[in-house]
Amino acid sequence: MAEITREEIIKPENLVYKKTDLLVDRALSYCPGCGHGTVHRMLMEVIEEMDIQSQTIGIAPVGCSVLAYEFLDIDMQQAAHGRAPALATAIKRLMPEKYVFTYQGDGDLAAIGTAETIHACNRGENIVIIFINNGIYGMTGGQMAPTTLPGMKASTCPYGRDTQIMGNPLKITELVATLPGTCYVTRHSVHTPANVRKTKRAIRKAFELSYANKGVSFVEVVSNCNSGWKMTPVQSNKWMEENMFPYYPLGDIKVPTV
Amino acid sequence: MTEEIIIAGFGGQGVLSMGKILAYSGIMQNKEVSWMPSYGPEMRGGTANVTVIVSDERISSPVLNLFDTAIILNQQSMDKFENTVKKGGYLIYDGNGITRHPVRKDINIYRIDAADEASKIGLTKVFNMMVLGGYLKLKPIVSDEYIRKGLEKSLPMRHHSLIPENEKAIEIGKKLIKPVQVL
Amino acid sequence: MKELRLMKGNEAIAEAAIRAGADGYFGYPITPQSEILEYLMVQKPYETTGMVVLQAESEVAAINMVYGGASCGKKCWTSSSSPGISLKQEGISYMAGAELPALIVNVVRGGPGLGTIQPSQSDYFQATKGGGHGDYRLLVLAPASVQEMADFVPLAFELAFKYRNPAMILTDGVIGQMMEKVELQEFVPRWTQEEINKISPWATTGKTRDRERNIITSLDLDSNKQERHVLSLERKYKAMEDNEVRFEKIQCDDAEYLLVAFGSSARICQKAVDLARAKGIKVGLLRPITLFPFPKIPLYKLAHQVKGMLTVEMNLGQMVEDVRLAVNGKVKVEHFGRYGGIIPNPEEVVNILETKIIGA
Repeated sequence: MAEITREEIIKPENLVYKKTDLLVDRALSYCPGCGHGTVHRMLMEVIEEMDIQSQTIGIAPVGCSVLAYEFLDIDMQQAAHGRAPALATAIKRLMPEKYVFTYQGDGDLAAIGTAETIHACNRGENIVIIFINNGIYGMTGGQMAPTTLPGMKASTCPYGRDTQIMGNPLKITELVATLPGTCYVTRHSVHTPANVRKTKRAIRKAFELSYANKGVSFVEVVSNCNSGWKMTPVQSNKWMEENMFPYYPLGDIKVPTV
Repeated sequence: MTEEIIIAGFGGQGVLSMGKILAYSGIMQNKEVSWMPSYGPEMRGGTANVTVIVSDERISSPVLNLFDTAIILNQQSMDKFENTVKKGGYLIYDGNGITRHPVRKDINIYRIDAADEASKIGLTKVFNMMVLGGYLKLKPIVSDEYIRKGLEKSLPMRHHSLIPENEKAIEIGKKLIKPVQVL
Repeated sequence: MKELRLMKGNEAIAEAAIRAGADGYFGYPITPQSEILEYLMVQKPYETTGMVVLQAESEVAAINMVYGGASCGKKCWTSSSSPGISLKQEGISYMAGAELPALIVNVVRGGPGLGTIQPSQSDYFQATKGGGHGDYRLLVLAPASVQEMADFVPLAFELAFKYRNPAMILTDGVIGQMMEKVELQEFVPRWTQEEINKISPWATTGKTRDRERNIITSLDLDSNKQERHVLSLERKYKAMEDNEVRFEKIQCDDAEYLLVAFGSSARICQKAVDLARAKGIKVGLLRPITLFPFPKIPLYKLAHQVKGMLTVEMNLGQMVEDVRLAVNGKVKVEHFGRYGGIIPNPEEVVNILETKIIGA
């Protein structure tokens, strides 16, 4: 077989797949195997396909994705821990012609930021909330999160979450679905190609609904944290399917009524 | 000219609005004014008071300890403010509900039974304007013309039809006020 | 002719913000400043100038809404009173770190804790020394009249945008609740998007192809970069000290003694000056208008003229520390305060001046 040179490989006609230009050309700070990178990519693909880069303002939280603005080639704000929906509220109200999204983890959205989450959802702000739920505080080193499962180990529940002492995992997605201000509440994952495609479709739908002033679109992505869970990426995905999905079942929780 | 006044009574007696009308009238007559109310829970059903200063000069402290005139509409306020009237100053009070009348001999004391009169002639809503009229009789610091302008400014447009009633009350008040001799 | 009105200090602030072309107000009720939000909701500026008004779920949310709006180059503001301002401190620190212009109004009540709803000046330290975590300063303006409440709103926005730094109006229940006459300025239109792009090219308004993306953040994990950032903030604060000191001197020319007071205390001290002079005491008043930057140089100069200074503050002695730093031991500086919502009266100020400064 003839040798193929590097130059031949990178010829445009040989291109079969590439990352979107809206992802900045730099290495992600996430652990190998983590779902954040995939969600970032789906998000940017949606923004590219909708051609709304110049109309989009994103908000990074505190957590592993605190530096999301380093990777996403759009105007972004970094919020204090839990406050992203408050920022988004003001941005969208002051610039109603923009697409505004928050990108938050479980600690940010469902613990310290619960009030901001609930009230932005209840007011029906025309924003997109992307919620990454991996049941753990990744960035600070694997502490218990509001969504940590019963019996699941974390550094602040080293013997497993004892719900008698530490309370129950919070199904905040089901909770916000009950509020009149949310129009689309859905739960997905990015651990298989099929799920990735579904997640991307959900993000696109969320952006379209927010622009049509339908209220909050809330997309939860149940994700793994192989570092925090102390597993290999493959093991963590399997563990997620067996343990997380029964508690946090995938699928639409609330869809807009036509 | 600087006139420093405290108006004090129950919440709902129109203490604050009386002060506001006086202050607005002062502005209309190109004077400096300040209006400083008591605020907070004590206003809800309790006592209310307001310090009004009308002056030809820039007003320094809006909060005062001593007053040229105290207008007193209930017993608690009598107890609190009788001794804050400057020597030679004026104390005006409505006798309704007053069980302990003022006793100072170094000030000018006047009584205006506006509450009784107002209920007698069916003008209870403008009872406070009667009291203001009594005060203006003693201290015409703003003229009637500017009182009218003050009413126009401080009453919302939808209440402007009530201005004649307010003016009438002021006139009644002027006649109603009587000096009190402390024995 | 300018429009003349009798207004409460709180109402004057709200009206002035509408007229200054503010884009968004985000607040939460607390005594003694709830008239601000109430006034705005009655006026409905969202139907006239287009200013957004929103009652947030908490002070924390409100300040973060201001952060979000300010990041878009909009003129945003919030108001609260002491306990609520404590809650806002995290957001204020983030805004100082991210260099965001905004106006924060603190109508101070007595503390600590829930304290009292009556007026106080006990948030001086919090306002002038940073307040939240980290090395930063706010521009702090202290109005002493309802007119200044109105005038300082456009001034605060101007300074905030000039320095890309949050500005605070530090006032109290006396000035907030009292009514005086106010000359209102003409309506200034809100900035257009083109104007915002020109004034604040750093703002997150949506990345266009002709520029790099804009990022608003107070985070830098690289210590060298973070140090450079803090040093650039320091240069900014130094520039404020060089250019923005504002104060008022009253009867200081022949003064042998000096009162130093801000806000409502300065009004009380004006009366005390009159009372003292009537007794033959030559006393003047220096009223800092900017609490940061603090009028250090004028105080240092007066320290060579007067025999003693008395600060009058509704707190346990906060500004007195800055006065002592300014005069650097040149003259005796004492403090007189009232607490828990009690307002000092002019007579007791004169009395304390006589016993603590003149007689001592």
